[in-house]
Amino acid sequence: MKVIKVLGSGCANCRNTIALIEQVAQAKGVAVTLQKVEDVRDITGYGVMSTPGVVIDGKVVHAGGVPSRAKIEQLLGTA
Amino acid sequence: MSTLSAPMRRWPNQQPLLFLVVAGAAWLGLYQLLMPAAEALVATLPLERASHLGGALQFFFYDTPKVLLLLTGIVFAMGMVNSYFTPERTRALLAGRSEGAANVMAASLGIVTPFCSCSAVPLFIGFVQAGVPLGVTFSFLISAPMVNEVALTLLFAMFGWKIALLYLGLGLSVAIVAGWVIGRLNMEAYLEDWVREMPHAAAVAGEDRLSLGERLDAGFASVREIVGRVWPYILAGIAIGAGIHGYVPADFMAAFMGKDVWWAVPLAVVIGVPMYTNAAGVIPVVQALLAKGAALGAVLAFMMSVIALSFPEMVILRKVLKLRLIATFVGVVATGILIVGYVFNAVL
Repeated sequence: MKVIKVLGSGCANCRNTIALIEQVAQAKGVAVTLQKVEDVRDITGYGVMSTPGVVIDGKVVHAGGVPSRAKIEQLLGTA
Repeated sequence: MSTLSAPMRRWPNQQPLLFLVVAGAAWLGLYQLLMPAAEALVATLPLERASHLGGALQFFFYDTPKVLLLLTGIVFAMGMVNSYFTPERTRALLAGRSEGAANVMAASLGIVTPFCSCSAVPLFIGFVQAGVPLGVTFSFLISAPMVNEVALTLLFAMFGWKIALLYLGLGLSVAIVAGWVIGRLNMEAYLEDWVREMPHAAAVAGEDRLSLGERLDAGFASVREIVGRVWPYILAGIAIGAGIHGYVPADFMAAFMGKDVWWAVPLAVVIGVPMYTNAAGVIPVVQALLAKGAALGAVLAFMMSVIALSFPEMVILRKVLKLRLIATFVGVVATGILIVGYVFNAVL
């Protein structure tokens, strides 16, 4: 089970990111736990400056926009 | 939201250069066709061109496709340019520099670095944490939303390149000077305590190995995101503008937004600050006001304060800044905008 955190203060792009990851995970049959991280302190604690950011198993793997479907597929496949 | 179909997405990625050339040519061709097409369209309507409704409709049918076409082209190009300037790289460029020249750099980088107001706080903290001086950080934060490609494109489409350039120059000046002044005031004590206590972070620019194809994707993504979000505002703005063009008598605005009215500029700023819309909605309205006798200085001051100073942004910034620093920020920027407005009224 992968723990995926989406960093972002609740803007539209953050919600889109979460929805997209859910979709891809379901399509690929990967079990994931999605968590929202909305507190600014926690977000900056990951060293992320532009939201939305994506953290998988404690590592920042994406920041600064909604990740593309291809990128999410790759992240879920290999990480 | 519209997405390109899968086969269309694959072709540009395989031959990005060819795609750019073909798309550029197609775009230019469309743009050339626009004016005659709009004329022809309005001519087919059973209306007098000189009538109120005729004038309004012509404004609407010509300006809407023109603005949307320009915007799509420029947002696409800027999306690609933005992919070279991530916030991380901008921060690495600015970290450790002393004020002065760094304010100029920060304001300029504010134009090309992708910025969304929902990221303002993490960005602010990231900058300060890496040792970018407070005033320099503010130069960036003022310029990034105010001088952006959407505002500049709309100004160019509706007023011509001179006004667009003037806005660019003055927007940058306000950002540079306001940031420099804030730096001089030594306001570091008015950051929230937890921000000051954060450990210093090294500014590391990430590796940048995007292919041209991936930059094309960035262009498509920003068109989807920005044009997709902004077009309803543009339509509404142009519709209101068209109404003003067709129905409000000429010189109507001169009485209360004209050059001779000394309080027009401060009033424009005071009205503009609590208003929250984006450049896209405000510029077509502003263009129509101008046509009816409002002075350029007051109109530009209104625009800048609507875009640069917004109440929701203050609320977001309150998480990291104490009230006194926010008040200083608003005061300094508003003063800068006032000066811009008066200078414009005096010069033009």
